[in-house]
Amino acid sequence: MVLKDFVQVFAGQFDDTPVEEFTPSTIFMELEEWGSLVALSIISMIDEEFEKRVTGADLRSVKTIEELYNLIQTK
Amino acid sequence: MYNPFSLIGKKIFVTGSSSGIGASIAIESSKMGAQIILTGRNAVRLNDTFSQLDGKENIQIVGNLTNLEDIDSIIEQLPILDGLVLNAGVLKTMPVKNITTSAIEEVFNTNIISSIKLVQKLLKNKKINKGASIVFISSISSFNVKIGNSLYSATKGAINSFMKVLALELASQKITVNSIQPGFIKTRALSSGIITDEQLDAHAKIYPLGFGKPSDIAYACVYLLSDASEWVTGSVFTIDGGVTSNGGH
Ligand SMILES: NC(=O)c1ccc[n+]([C@@H]2O[C@H](COP(=O)([O-])OP(=O)(O)OC[C@H]3O[C@@H](n4cnc5c(N)ncnc54)[C@H](OP(=O)(O)O)[C@@H]3O)[C@@H](O)[C@H]2O)c1
Repeated sequence: MVLKDFVQVFAGQFDDTPVEEFTPSTIFMELEEWGSLVALSIISMIDEEFEKRVTGADLRSVKTIEELYNLIQTK
Repeated sequence: MYNPFSLIGKKIFVTGSSSGIGASIAIESSKMGAQIILTGRNAVRLNDTFSQLDGKENIQIVGNLTNLEDIDSIIEQLPILDGLVLNAGVLKTMPVKNITTSAIEEVFNTNIISSIKLVQKLLKNKKINKGASIVFISSISSFNVKIGNSLYSATKGAINSFMKVLALELASQKITVNSIQPGFIKTRALSSGIITDEQLDAHAKIYPLGFGKPSDIAYACVYLLSDASEWVTGSVFTIDGGVTSNGGH
């Protein structure tokens, strides 16, 4: 999956935040909707789409969607 | 020596005994005198448990409980049982909207459907002795729920309901059927994966007695497998270091 598509799928885990607000440089934890349920959604999405395990600590170790994307590639 | 909790002379089959709680149940039961039949998918870890058992007549059978052929072959190799512990289980966390068919199948097949099939076939093949004990390992997640655990909680609730009906049906044969629902026990299932050490430390604080050890569950299981519990059936035992009395969150 290329970065552009990842941003789309990432955005799809949110219910209220409009898709247009998401770019590779979005600092996702600063989004108002961010919380433990969205975090679980992101973790299970990455498991499903990439067959890779990321942890809550992994999510906290990065800031932007692009950094998360790059982290997944190193797994 | 006087010991109403002795398991001497009993043949006990423990699923998911290659690791964690199941391994501890098998080891402690063997120390109480039982002959143990172990099963799990991972032959290396299964053998590691096997090497820790007391006694010379123990058996280990490698198999995948989500595979019907494996279930049949395990049953063929089993002697007539005095104890059955249905402990194998997996935890998968995801919000309901991200549930996949494969996750439903993995969690339900491992945690409840395989146990139903095993019990059904063991009964049909007359491999459970009169006066035997059956113990299911459920979880406080059956009622003390957390976001992301819908599949897991659903299977653990199903275990408790299934257990009660089975208890009624087997009472005439003096077979007792109960479940134990543990709180957090540090095992492979929960010490790897998406939970971090900091999250664990924060979670430990809500446990009045701290987290449990596998043996904390095994000792309760020994009681339920022994003749001391011959009048105990259809009961759910919460063993959780006090967490659900503490509001549970
Ligand atoms: N740890 C806790 O805090 C906790 C709390 C409440 C309830 N429980 C329950 O306690 C039970 C044991 O958990 P645990 O913490 O000891 O976990 P664990 O260390 O991961 O052990 C799980 C066991 O289940 C076996 N297993 C899993 N899938 C299987 C399959 N398809 N076929 C055959 N065996 C399979 C595993 O063996 P292989 O990998 O070798 O197949 C392993 O022996 C589970 O039912 C769990 O839900 C645990």
